[in-house]
Amino acid sequence: MKITVKLFASLRIGRFKQEERTYPIGISCQQVAENLGINTGDVGIVLVNGRPESLEQVLSDGDVLSFIALVGGG
Amino acid sequence: MKTILRINMKSQTVSSETVSQDLEFFGGRGLIAKILTQEINAKSDPLGPDNKLLFCPGMFADTAAPCSGRISVGGKSPLTKTIKESNAGGTMAKRMAAFGLHALIIEGQPVRDEWFILMVDDSGLQFLPAEPYLGMNNYLLGDELRKAFGSDISVASIGLAGERQYLNASIQFTDLDGHPSRAAARGGLGALMGSKRIKAIIFKECKNRDWSYVDKNSFVAANKDYVKGILAHPFSGQGLPALGTALLVNVTNERGILPTHNFSKGRWEHAEEISGERIAELQAKRGGKMSHICHRGCVIKCSQVYHDENGDYLTSGFEYETIGLFGANCGIRDIDVIAKLDKLCDDIGVDTMDTACAIAVCMESGLLEFGDAEGAFKLAQQMMEGTELGRVIGNGTESTGKHLGVERIPTVKGQAMAAYDPRGLKGLGVTYATSPMGADHTAGNSIGDHSLDGSCKDGQTEVSKNLQIAMALFDNLGICIFAGICCEDPTNLEHLVKMATGKFGGEWNINRLMGIGVQTLMLEKQFNQMAGFTKADDRLPKFMTTEVLETTDATFDITDEELDQTLSFADL
Repeated sequence: MKITVKLFASLRIGRFKQEERTYPIGISCQQVAENLGINTGDVGIVLVNGRPESLEQVLSDGDVLSFIALVGGG
Repeated sequence: MKTILRINMKSQTVSSETVSQDLEFFGGRGLIAKILTQEINAKSDPLGPDNKLLFCPGMFADTAAPCSGRISVGGKSPLTKTIKESNAGGTMAKRMAAFGLHALIIEGQPVRDEWFILMVDDSGLQFLPAEPYLGMNNYLLGDELRKAFGSDISVASIGLAGERQYLNASIQFTDLDGHPSRAAARGGLGALMGSKRIKAIIFKECKNRDWSYVDKNSFVAANKDYVKGILAHPFSGQGLPALGTALLVNVTNERGILPTHNFSKGRWEHAEEISGERIAELQAKRGGKMSHICHRGCVIKCSQVYHDENGDYLTSGFEYETIGLFGANCGIRDIDVIAKLDKLCDDIGVDTMDTACAIAVCMESGLLEFGDAEGAFKLAQQMMEGTELGRVIGNGTESTGKHLGVERIPTVKGQAMAAYDPRGLKGLGVTYATSPMGADHTAGNSIGDHSLDGSCKDGQTEVSKNLQIAMALFDNLGICIFAGICCEDPTNLEHLVKMATGKFGGEWNINRLMGIGVQTLMLEKQFNQMAGFTKADDRLPKFMTTEVLETTDATFDITDEELDQTLSFADL
């Protein structure tokens, strides 16, 4: 199935901003992160179709998955 | 021993006081709170002779602690009428520490309309005539002062906005390159400096770097571990050094909390055009710098130097809040125009946030269209020209909104919100509402909290309370709040405890450290209550509670009772 993956803040460094990627049915956000070599400890927020979800959330075909790194404000 | 210089502008005299024991563990923001509650009538006119203007480095300014060169400026705010602390980078805090100074307390006003420059060197403080420099904005002023007093001076100055006592006037500090790009921006403290008839404060170089410690070795060891903690965090160690604070543009846009068109939407289709990534691309071609320190001792380097299309210096210290609020919130897509607006604000000396929100309010009133970059720039220029509308905008967002009859004014206690919509980041919304400073993101920003969904209300007052205490602590230490983010890991907080023990001696633990933050908030609330503020002032503007932000499908629904509980420990 096709998943659009968007990366934000430091997670973009050495990777990409946005890509459409193919993954097996039933994959979770965490497994996508692992596939991309992302340390899940560096992930602050996971959005699926713009709404906050947990790393365990299982994805569906056509989902937009956003990983936002830990940030702070100022 | 550290000293406080008490400067009387009425008599143009100065006296030196040794810091008493009871002030030793107050620094920066906490010292401002302590002195103001003790020494001024909270009901006094912010621009009258009874208000005082304070410059205070932090408790760690005279140490090798990372990012410990923040300077806190304080007084009763001309903009909010509350107590005010506004802190900045630049070179002054470390200079003051090198001279052994814990604070400058500036009192009174000259009887005649006579302006001064205060200059501090090894021989003491001098009052010099400022007449030749009046009418200059901060960039030209800095050039002229360096010609007269040497290239290595550290300067705090006001531009035309401060001279004219615009309520949104800032105090600008020179960075390591001499650019007046570091601002104590919030709350109109530049107008307070103007009311004291001080055009600039200059510190000459002081070679002293021999900081004293009770136990230097243990401080150094803990300090090393703390720096490692800062650099190991993905935000302070990777994201900020690569893209600066502007990396937040894409983050807040994706989360649907990037204020757009005067806080009417939370996502903007052109966000990528004003993002940190876009700036990095442009600056790589133009020879700007994406990594730059705002003060000596910074290990994060999140500042930058922005070059224009010809490859020449345009501005620096060009931050997310400025970009988000002139960008999405005014609908301006051209990052170069936003950079020029940033430069203009630093030059005349006004807060970029309140200026940008004032212009967005002008757009909402129909005076010009959202997205009209040229019109926005012309409006900002009117502050310089001193036209009637320019003066209104110079008095900030709330003055502008009221003048134009706009209902949706995004302010709390008269101060504009930063570039985060509180309907999708409710912890920060609680901070905007309850901070003694007015709407101030640096008082406790929940953007880094990942325990809660920002658009859900449960738990947000607790998040805000804890952040407000922690930020007040860092503002006492004089440490940049970005160097505090790693303290979400308690191991790093323990390093900080050991640093305090190594510096000051005695028993330190996390409770004692956090107690400094608690004590500061208590004093600040006490001041505001004496000034006449009540719980009814701790509220967001009504439209935040009635209009749904579509991107997060939420209003700001924290109840009044919950808001009142947030800092209730600090009530009189």
